Amino acid sequence: MEKIIEAQGIGKSFGDTEALKNISFEVNRGEIFGFIGPDGAGKTTLFRIITTLLLPDAGRMTVMGLDCKTGYRELRRNIGYMPGRFSLYHDLTVEENLNFYATVFGTTVRKNYDLIRDVYSHIEPFRKRLAGKLSGGMKQKLALSCALIHKPGLLVLDEPTTGVDAVSRSEFWEMLNRLREENITIIASTPYMDEAMRCNRVALIQKGQILSVNPPEKIREEFSRKIFSVKSSEKYKLINALRNFPGTATAYPFGDSVHLTFRDNEQDHSLTGYLNSMGISDATISETRAGIEDRFLELMQDK
Amino acid sequence: MKRFFGFVKKEFLHIFRDFRTLIILFGIPASQILIFGFVISTDIENAGIAFLDLSKDEISTGISDRICSSGFFSRTADLAGYEEADRVMKSGRAKAVIIFPAGFGREFLSGRQTTISIIADGSEPNTATLITSYASAIISDFNREYTAPGMTAPLPVQPEVRMFYNPGLKSHYMFVPGVITLILILICALMTSITIAREKEFGTMEVLLVSPLKPSQIIIGKVMPYFFLSFINVIVILLLSWLVFDLPVRGSLALLLAETMLYIMMSLSLGILISTFTANMQQAIFISLIGLMLPTILLSGFIFPIENMPKIYDVLSSVLPPRYFIVIIKNLMIKGKSFSYVWKETLILTLMTIVFLGISIRNFKIRLE
Repeated sequence: MEKIIEAQGIGKSFGDTEALKNISFEVNRGEIFGFIGPDGAGKTTLFRIITTLLLPDAGRMTVMGLDCKTGYRELRRNIGYMPGRFSLYHDLTVEENLNFYATVFGTTVRKNYDLIRDVYSHIEPFRKRLAGKLSGGMKQKLALSCALIHKPGLLVLDEPTTGVDAVSRSEFWEMLNRLREENITIIASTPYMDEAMRCNRVALIQKGQILSVNPPEKIREEFSRKIFSVKSSEKYKLINALRNFPGTATAYPFGDSVHLTFRDNEQDHSLTGYLNSMGISDATISETRAGIEDRFLELMQDK
Repeated sequence: MKRFFGFVKKEFLHIFRDFRTLIILFGIPASQILIFGFVISTDIENAGIAFLDLSKDEISTGISDRICSSGFFSRTADLAGYEEADRVMKSGRAKAVIIFPAGFGREFLSGRQTTISIIADGSEPNTATLITSYASAIISDFNREYTAPGMTAPLPVQPEVRMFYNPGLKSHYMFVPGVITLILILICALMTSITIAREKEFGTMEVLLVSPLKPSQIIIGKVMPYFFLSFINVIVILLLSWLVFDLPVRGSLALLLAETMLYIMMSLSLGILISTFTANMQQAIFISLIGLMLPTILLSGFIFPIENMPKIYDVLSSVLPPRYFIVIIKNLMIKGKSFSYVWKETLILTLMTIVFLGISIRNFKIRLE
């Protein structure tokens, strides 16, 4: 399979802080590759190296067969980049922004309209509106349209869904899926674990290091223990009680429930009694499948 | 090329969308010219003056009439004695008192040395100096005319003071070129340094960098719109100074405009240069305003003549572009000289422009660090 990105031993420091440590990974043509990790994990720095905005201190990176350092001119023609911050011109209208990026990349909106239609049609009714006056979700769609307008081979999206409501987020990922069918390779970063499931493969990244690279299903399977979902109407009390229970290995809040693992892996049946004695009577315990977040937390603990 | 024009179009849109930019660009220069021209005026007009004529003869009234008909002074009081002089100046009715001693006319006609006392209100030193020098000039004029015909006796030697180019010592002649010089460098350097710093601050530079635009295209694209607008600005300023202050352009207008374009280009390059080493708009504003305004006002010869400066300031000022432009614009506007008088300054400004632009394009970071 053709490799779009090959990174070997990438390292980058800012003064004393090591932002990236010995990072290696490969991205295949036509996949959606996700980088999942908390803020400050090094995602933005890595993306800036991929987009030729920063040079790595160590290691080698080739993107679409070109070296990031020497081939930057050529690469910049063929990368669509959407930075983490909204980076369009607030004082230009939707249409003017799009036209500007089209001309800068030596193309026109009409030529590549088919590619962006799916995204742009949502905001086209507002094309005379100043970009600064758009809502968060619409800004993202405009930024994506601008990043796509020159039909790049690689689309780099740095936290594209941060600050966007849940519906728009889901819509956004559906659009990315359709773009993939146009043979555009997409790499995206996100702090949201649920979005990881939408990627073909994800890299879990933490403190400048990649913990694991796998398809999301595989990552969930990698979780080594039995995991239980505990629910109660008094969630705060519940999590404190679970953490104090002697048989608990880990207890993390997960949506409306708490994901729990036991010290000796098997379910400790004395838990119900314990919770009752703590004044939580409506707790339900059931075995569940580990999510990506569980695996992420497990990997972080192993470190 | 299409890329480049797309970029220039975007820059124009930025300027026309932002009301504040337009005010800075057009409002400030016009108001500056008017403010400098009207408020910081060193002319006197109808200054109140009192006379104490103890002689009351043909000569003394002749002199006082001439002083009052000059247009610079108006007679506000005739005093009866010395003791009133103090009172009339304190009340503010007169800025100066002119005193003819008793027997003044007789002494004058007999050819002996005579004196007229001019007492000026020293609490306003500038006005006082102006009044005394204006009045002395009128008196010596009278003196010369009256004694010249028929008199064979040697005349007391009169120092002849004549103001070349600005016979009335009109201050606009000095201020307008200075203000044009100051405003152009401030506005041009400020606007361009802000506009690049703004792209950095809003993160749009990141996207511009990951595009096929070359550094030279970004830089020249930034400069171009401001170049056109500043040029329009200069025409407005010249029109204003002509219509409001009667300031002529004595030399070739085409040459003056060409030199101004050069100076604008130099200022814009300087702004770009500033922006290549500032990270945000605040720094850019600070450096262009503080770093350029004071040296331009103090060291460029705008207000204080460079010849009178200690050697060290002379050397310092030689790196300031406004110093050369002031020479050019004064020569072309007021003295009406030709290019052969300003070629050296023109050459220096051209070299500065090339150096600034060259360093900027070289310094322009093609990456984020």
